[in-house]
Amino acid sequence: MSTPVAITGIGQTRYAAKRDDLSMPGLVREAAKRALDDAGVDWSDIDAVVLGKAPDMFEGVVQPELFLAGALGAVGKPMMRVHTAGSVGGSTAVVASHLISSGVHKRILTVAWEKQSESNAMWALSQRFPFAPPTTAGAGGYFAPIIRAYMRRTDAPEHIGWQVAVKDRQNAALNPLAHLQIPDISLEKVQASPMLWDPIRYLETCPSSDGACAMVMSCEDDGHKDAAWVHGTAMRSEPMLFAGRDEVSPQAGKDCARDAYAEAGITPADIDCAELYVPFSWYEPMWLENVGLAESGWRAVDEGRTALGGDLPINMSGGVLSSNPIGASGMIRFAEAALQVRGRAGAHQVDGAKLALGHAYGGGSQFFSMWIVGSERPS
Amino acid sequence: MSDDPVTRFKAPVRLDYTVTAGSVTADFLREILKGRLVGRRCPDCRCVYLPPRSACPTCGVITTEQIEVGPNGTVTTFSVIRFPFEGQVLEPPYACAHVLVDGTDTPLLHIVGNCDVDDMRMGMRVRAVWAEELKPTLASVRYFEPNGEPDVTYDSFSGHV
Amino acid sequence: MRPVYVAGFAELPHLLQDNLLDEPEMVQRVTAAALADAGLGRDDVGFTCSGSNDYVMGRPFSFATALDGLGAWPPIRESHVEMDGAWALYEAWVRLQHGDVDVALAYGFGKSSLGSVEAVRTLELDPYSLAPLGIGPLPLAALQARALLDAGLATEADFAAVVERSRRDGNRNHTAPMTEAMSAAHALTLPYISSPLRGHDGPVRTDGAAAIVLSTEPVGPRIAGISHCIDAHQPGFRDLTVSRSIATAAAAAGGTSGVDVVELHVEYSSQEGIVLRALGLDSSVSVSPSGGALVANTPMVAGLCRIGHAANAVRGGAKRALAHATSGPLLQHNLICILEPA
Repeated sequence: MSTPVAITGIGQTRYAAKRDDLSMPGLVREAAKRALDDAGVDWSDIDAVVLGKAPDMFEGVVQPELFLAGALGAVGKPMMRVHTAGSVGGSTAVVASHLISSGVHKRILTVAWEKQSESNAMWALSQRFPFAPPTTAGAGGYFAPIIRAYMRRTDAPEHIGWQVAVKDRQNAALNPLAHLQIPDISLEKVQASPMLWDPIRYLETCPSSDGACAMVMSCEDDGHKDAAWVHGTAMRSEPMLFAGRDEVSPQAGKDCARDAYAEAGITPADIDCAELYVPFSWYEPMWLENVGLAESGWRAVDEGRTALGGDLPINMSGGVLSSNPIGASGMIRFAEAALQVRGRAGAHQVDGAKLALGHAYGGGSQFFSMWIVGSERPS
Repeated sequence: MSDDPVTRFKAPVRLDYTVTAGSVTADFLREILKGRLVGRRCPDCRCVYLPPRSACPTCGVITTEQIEVGPNGTVTTFSVIRFPFEGQVLEPPYACAHVLVDGTDTPLLHIVGNCDVDDMRMGMRVRAVWAEELKPTLASVRYFEPNGEPDVTYDSFSGHV
Repeated sequence: MRPVYVAGFAELPHLLQDNLLDEPEMVQRVTAAALADAGLGRDDVGFTCSGSNDYVMGRPFSFATALDGLGAWPPIRESHVEMDGAWALYEAWVRLQHGDVDVALAYGFGKSSLGSVEAVRTLELDPYSLAPLGIGPLPLAALQARALLDAGLATEADFAAVVERSRRDGNRNHTAPMTEAMSAAHALTLPYISSPLRGHDGPVRTDGAAAIVLSTEPVGPRIAGISHCIDAHQPGFRDLTVSRSIATAAAAAGGTSGVDVVELHVEYSSQEGIVLRALGLDSSVSVSPSGGALVANTPMVAGLCRIGHAANAVRGGAKRALAHATSGPLLQHNLICILEPA
């Protein structure tokens, strides 16, 4: 990478089932303005805007970057719209960072968002398409058999999923922006919640949220002593269906992690904490193994290593399990990783975090994006 | 006139599409009308895809050879759907499953019926149950049901979950 | 900037309705052809980026299905824009600047025949104030054309001349659909469909795909400059007779001095003059020798094709060819790519 990339501003909206108080432009602007204020720059200081979100059918607006150009101060500037399914928030941040690392631009505003309350996400994801079998039941129906395969392969006990569900909601209670606030969450409560897509219980699933996340990236620290620095980025994809495909631990995820560590010049053991894209509780142990952070993901969970006070904290913000504006969920992971190494994560801060991993995935576990951010400028 | 703020308005979107199947899927659907499951084989890696793929997802070459597969298969993994939603074919609870149809190399996501959901197992042997009236859609296979054969071992399909 | 070259280009024939090829097969065929044109294999590609639109294809994640056509195994470094493939090429160019890969593949695909592109494009308008009015791209283009006539910047005969030339050139381009030859004089006798525009002033909407291979090796036309810029969305917020974003993007791409060929992503004949004026060029340059997007308008592909045809022009002897791609209502968002001999 030629030019180092600094993350100098981070802005997030409050996440909620319905942000009826804001229009779509209002939502993206709330996050963008907070990121600009955090960076101490103005709209005119921005060279280009990179926007990401998941399918347009979630809001019923085709290529919404067009009508959002004004709200994001992009008029008269380059503007891009990235869409890589659920990984899009991460991919958007990667594309934005490359616009700086490449020397094309000096300062970028990147925003990812979703206003799921504008339409029905379940409908948008489960559309009856001619010629297809009528089995799809939203994302849960797709991922539940894969979770069962993980449990079978690793002999993981059933309570691992409950533990993750509890831990992430306890973390969310420390994050005032998080959508789900369930302060009395407990293993019993998760266990007693309805079984939806066996083996996935209701409290092991993510919510549907409205929200936006934004970052300002710059080729300089712009005077910010606490800027986060991009140390490595990666995107990898593989087809949804092919013979012998390992859907439990996809090769694309492994390769993506390997690329990111290599660009950062580190090993997984150097990572202090990570924000992984976990829409169903079981994906925490699955991704821990996939990205090389733990040999046995479920044992790491079982031993409490991934809790906020553990030696490998995961999803300190509460994760996707607590806030899920789909198109933004990946960027929230990336931004929360950056907040950690800036020491700006508030009540869910990991003491002394120097290197953090942000992770996102999408499609049928096909599209992966990651970045590694650090408190020090890369050498 | 009300002074209440406007927070929502309905903007219904209706778009009509005439979807074309493409020649590869059209061939597949013609066979469905005859009650046959026909996949496609990649000329390079020799893998058989069901539903057929026009191009091999790993080799990136056009598939040409058609090959009849099934009607039996193996449940490699599954989920029990326990809540109602719009457009369901069966009453919940019912199972959706990855069915590795005999003669293919990729599991097909489909429904398992005529089976107590608490009896669902990885490795269970099943067969396709066809609808009374066959239409050019994979839904003409209403579901898969247990075929009475003994379960197969996990190791025999663990690479195709 | 690291020099980047167009190593290969391919497009499928733009068909009024392609019933034979599904998305993976379209992508397989066009990317294989572009790689063959470049003399490269799939394994040489370090980064892949595509452009497509879910609403055009009628389903979410249409790009995920199309990935099957790439043979994305072992897993590839890949991204997607919900934009014309020209912006996918831009992202690929940026990735080559990032420096970790040397060959990149950009492609786009789309089918007009599945639904109504007019209806889909109506949904790209501001959902609060414009889309509910149901005013589609054609009436909007007619408003713009009217503004041009009222400002004395064009005549209906100018629009007709663009139609005559586009059809004549398109009928010489084997990838464009055959259209009825039409003299400007005859075109002017045909009825309005949204005055002052007539039916032939709008695009021939097609199905198709295109792919371009970029390389850091000097094996084809060099990208001398590439940039893009977006204008205000609301038609009422801008002077419809000019395009500031095209002028800005062209300047950022190195300016138009010495340009001898332009390939313009013009969807309505009335817009050609706006684009040329914004570029500071006139009809003394060769304009859209492929026939342009007026006669082969495949959504999410037409812009990328302009870059491909501009590269072909350089391969054919042009000294400095300019490609233009557009997105959004009334030329809202524009990309300019300038190509020169390696």
